[in-house]
Amino acid sequence: MVRQGRKKGAFYVPLFTLLALALAGCGDPRVSALVPQGSNARESLSLIQISAYIMFGVMGVVIFLLAVVLIRFRAKPGDRTIPKQVEGSNLLEFIWTAIPVLIITVLSILTVRLTFSMAQDHSDDPNALKIQVIAHQYWWEFRYPDLGIVTAQDLYIPVGKKISAELWSTDVIHSFWVPALTGKMDANPGALLDGKRQNANRFSFDAETVGVFLGKCAELCGPSHALMEFKVVVLPEDEFNRWVEAMKKPAPKPETTKAAAGEQTFQKNCMACHALEATDPANRPGPNLANIGNRLTIAGVLPAGDDAERAASLRRWIEAPNAVKPQNDVPGTVIMPPFKDKLSPEALDQLVDFLMLQKVDVAPPKAAAR
Amino acid sequence: MSLTAEPGRLGAAAPAARAGAVEKTEAPPIELATQEGRNKLIGMWLFIAAESVLFASFFAVYLALRHSTMGGPTGKELFDLKLVFLATALLLSSSFTSVMAVLNMRRLQAGAMKAWLLATWLLGASFLALEAYEFNHYVHMGHTFTSSAFGTAFYSLVGFHGAHVTFGLLWLFALLVRNLRREVTPYIAPKVYAFSLYWHFVDLVWVFIFSVVYLMGKVA
Amino acid sequence: MTTISVPVGGVRKKSLLWDYLTTVDHKKIAHLYFWTGLVYFLIGGLEALLIRTQLAVPLNHVLDGKAYNEVLAMHGTTMIFFVAMPLLFALMNAVVPLQIGARDLAFPFVNALSYWLYFFGALLTHVSFLTGDVPQGGWTGYFPLAHPDYTGYGMSYYAMGLQLSGLGTLLTGINFVATIVNHRAPGMTYMRMPLFTWTTLIASILTMFAFPPLTAGLFLMIYDQLFGGAAFDPAKGGNPIIWQHLFWIFGHPEVYIVALPAFGIFSEVIPVFSRKRLFGYPAMVVATALIAFFGFMVWVHHMFTVGLGPLANGVFGVATTIIAVPTGIKIFNWIFTMWGGKVRMTSAMLWSVGFIITFVMGGVTGVMMALPPADYQYHDTYFIVAHFHYVLIGGTVFSVFAGAYYWWPKMFGKLLNETLGKIHFWLFFIGFHLTFFIQHFLGLWGMQRRIFTYLPGQGFELPNLVSTIGAYTMALGVIVFAINIVYTFVKGKPAPADPWDGRTLEWATPTPVPEYNFARLPLIRGLDPFWLEKQAGNKTVPPAEPYADIHMPNPSILPFMMSLSLFIAGLGFIFKDQYHPSFLYLALFGVAATLLVMFLRSVIDDEGRHVPRELVEQEDAKGVSA
Repeated sequence: MVRQGRKKGAFYVPLFTLLALALAGCGDPRVSALVPQGSNARESLSLIQISAYIMFGVMGVVIFLLAVVLIRFRAKPGDRTIPKQVEGSNLLEFIWTAIPVLIITVLSILTVRLTFSMAQDHSDDPNALKIQVIAHQYWWEFRYPDLGIVTAQDLYIPVGKKISAELWSTDVIHSFWVPALTGKMDANPGALLDGKRQNANRFSFDAETVGVFLGKCAELCGPSHALMEFKVVVLPEDEFNRWVEAMKKPAPKPETTKAAAGEQTFQKNCMACHALEATDPANRPGPNLANIGNRLTIAGVLPAGDDAERAASLRRWIEAPNAVKPQNDVPGTVIMPPFKDKLSPEALDQLVDFLMLQKVDVAPPKAAAR
Repeated sequence: MSLTAEPGRLGAAAPAARAGAVEKTEAPPIELATQEGRNKLIGMWLFIAAESVLFASFFAVYLALRHSTMGGPTGKELFDLKLVFLATALLLSSSFTSVMAVLNMRRLQAGAMKAWLLATWLLGASFLALEAYEFNHYVHMGHTFTSSAFGTAFYSLVGFHGAHVTFGLLWLFALLVRNLRREVTPYIAPKVYAFSLYWHFVDLVWVFIFSVVYLMGKVA
Repeated sequence: MTTISVPVGGVRKKSLLWDYLTTVDHKKIAHLYFWTGLVYFLIGGLEALLIRTQLAVPLNHVLDGKAYNEVLAMHGTTMIFFVAMPLLFALMNAVVPLQIGARDLAFPFVNALSYWLYFFGALLTHVSFLTGDVPQGGWTGYFPLAHPDYTGYGMSYYAMGLQLSGLGTLLTGINFVATIVNHRAPGMTYMRMPLFTWTTLIASILTMFAFPPLTAGLFLMIYDQLFGGAAFDPAKGGNPIIWQHLFWIFGHPEVYIVALPAFGIFSEVIPVFSRKRLFGYPAMVVATALIAFFGFMVWVHHMFTVGLGPLANGVFGVATTIIAVPTGIKIFNWIFTMWGGKVRMTSAMLWSVGFIITFVMGGVTGVMMALPPADYQYHDTYFIVAHFHYVLIGGTVFSVFAGAYYWWPKMFGKLLNETLGKIHFWLFFIGFHLTFFIQHFLGLWGMQRRIFTYLPGQGFELPNLVSTIGAYTMALGVIVFAINIVYTFVKGKPAPADPWDGRTLEWATPTPVPEYNFARLPLIRGLDPFWLEKQAGNKTVPPAEPYADIHMPNPSILPFMMSLSLFIAGLGFIFKDQYHPSFLYLALFGVAATLLVMFLRSVIDDEGRHVPRELVEQEDAKGVSA
């Protein structure tokens, strides 16, 4: 029986080693909160680490005491003696009240300071880049109000610069999360009261390394919640500026007859919902398609490793979007219809050809940062 | 801490006699004469405590949403304080009559008790009639349950109170029907007393509604 | 199982079904709660297996997004409302009146009503499976997702079902407070009450104050879903965040409503199997009260990412960490109860020791999550999933298993098989840690919760597979438990009245317990009264009164009828929108029937009945000799 108690202790040793190892840095650096690449994520991790180490200590004490109990104070078979009936101990009660109070006091001070410093508002900071993040079922719209451009799904930001984001939703609650860069902030729907959008959130974050980071919707938002992913593309500042300038240019004109036919198809079938230019002033219901030829994924989930894959994914999405990512079925909502039966295979080819032209010459970094 | 026995040793039975075991020297009021009666009344108090939180929640929601009129009439435009004041007076009087009923119950005056209860019922019913008139008026002014969040919050709170008054009237009706020909007994007394507690609570909630919804609505 | 079915007071012999439909006896209601809760535990468990099967590999196709969300929402709702609370209510009903020396609860009729409200509430929620509109907004029911526009009428079943069972829970809370305040035996002062009774009392007070905000929220939810209300509808000026507040003002105390009685169970089991008095009893009582008190001031820690600002986040974060202090006190007091004792590793004790380890791990992650800047990363990830399964399974489920092994002889008259009990424990315990430990890391590695699938290549594959294997191991454990139950009923030996060398009053009653529990109410002379009397050389706890006629309540079908009426009303209100407006009449019929039943209850005199003194004496003599 004693052996069993030891076994239980042994069961935990590897687990805690693992825990310690993991907290030292682990996971895919594009998406792990343990490999921070932005100041928010770094500060969160610092607190995660401090609290985790303290808590290992607490666990250690408990497991040690429990192990001693289970080894030393087991009743032998047939032993009917009655141990001393101890009422309690004020000293012990004091100790295990005072020490936790001390621990949480320290943690609280650190926490409150960090909570306030992380909540600093950069919306009036002239050096900060202002963006608006608008969550839809199930895609992300990114607006740059000061730059006059709009994009979707791939958020481009300059490295090292504070990004001051305003965040809301047009339907249900979503949550903006880029684990490697910043913790979550909810995108809430809200009433427009006296011209003010209720529940809209403001927060700031930044990226400290160039690369591509994975973003996710973290609040259950419907059947395709899991597929509401996005990317954050972090560029060196001059590269970012080139990207902005390129995005402001008019959409490239088709040069082949095939692509020109695709443009016709686009104008007939897609224009009502999708803009081709990032500067398009109309508030169209679908994602802005400027730079779609450079998207890192199609619809947030279909692979787009190279142009061929991207074109194939694009075609798959246009043919039957609900087979890839079921959209909401709220009455009166505009959704992406399937075009498999509406357009001939040739027309689809032409359309994809045309869409693949829609790209600026600033390519996202090929590989993720290390 | 001093009440616990020494470990391993037997303590004395607690000095204070437990309810039910030993008769108290002073006779308790009739509604507390039986164990069932005592249970009923503590149960009623606990229920009222829970109901307070329920109403507090509706108050909080109302306060959060009272400006969300979305272009519909505001409280200031809607509320007619004279009418509401009359309703308040009716309900508070009914609280008084229910106290009279309980006092007569303790004196075992079944007839007077029932008369006061009937008065309570009539006052409560008039309050309800006034409220129905008031709501009808609001609906005609375009302030409905579905018109705005303000509407939903208003009718949720005030209507929920109205539902409590309605339920109280049904309860009192059942109480009167059942005891039409009976004397006051320790079996009946807690029932009457419990109703009276409930009725005071409903009145008290109305006092808060009067201040928070109507007075504050008129000022804001 | 042979209960004493002596036809007392002229009551005719009844069929078993009718007996249970009309019973107001707390011991039988405990059985009803237990079996119903266990059935839902199996349903919720199957849902969990479906979830884990779907997530075993990336881009799996066992469930699509909608079906996954349905299973997910039903798993959470079922486990919290239809499993955790009812199973604890089963043990409370079975044990608390015995522990305080009472003949029944203060309101036996209301107790039956509570059960049937729960029964029909759970049934109403599960009717959704037949209509095709299953809840898919998570057990938290956040608006606007919970609106029919987004998820159909599924969440209306959730709201109606919870409203019904919530009413039952509220009444249970009131009932236990009234019972513990008014029905303690002579000498049973507050500071002599067993810890399970204490935690029941405090959890019941929590219930009384925590459920009303949920009731209010559910009313508004139902208004929005079915009556054109706009409290949570931004288009009409409503605010969906209000729902979150109402839900979590309820939701956090709810965690303690299911955790505190669990603490109480361990506080009974650990002293008995350490053969030692509970260490620091007054500290344990105070700690329980403190946890309950602070439990009401921390709800915003579920909402750190809503955007309430650093002040709210900071204050609620600090408040949350405070709860760690009384919880820590409890943990150390349990360990020091065992310290210096004679620890017997029975099944019940295994669950208790397993609980301490598991719950401490859940507790420390709880402190880590209370720190807002850290929580911005944990929030809505598998880290959270891991944490609350550590506290809810490690706390509540382990406690129900411990309680089942411990009180089975008193509840059902037989002892569960200890060998099977140990196999059950080890399979479930290892499976549990296999399932959930790795999920802490999944969360930190970037896997958000409530996703029906994930893309390959993010490092989520292996951990998810491990987690799924763990889930199946747990399921094996539950199967062993089921085998144990069947085996015990078929082949188990009748249990003695006091099989564990118990300390508290319930072990001083004969097995099976007579319907009136105590032939003569006992006189309590200290904490752990039965143990003290045994130590003093007495066979049992002395009586406080002479034999007398015993007043007992009458059975009644009205609780069942009233709950059934409300069930019909609830269905009618949903059907009127889901199918046809004329179902409104069905709803109104249900409401009218409810009022009619209440009217009948008011006007029909029910003064109970008496078990004659001679019979009590006769049975008492039999019980003592047995």
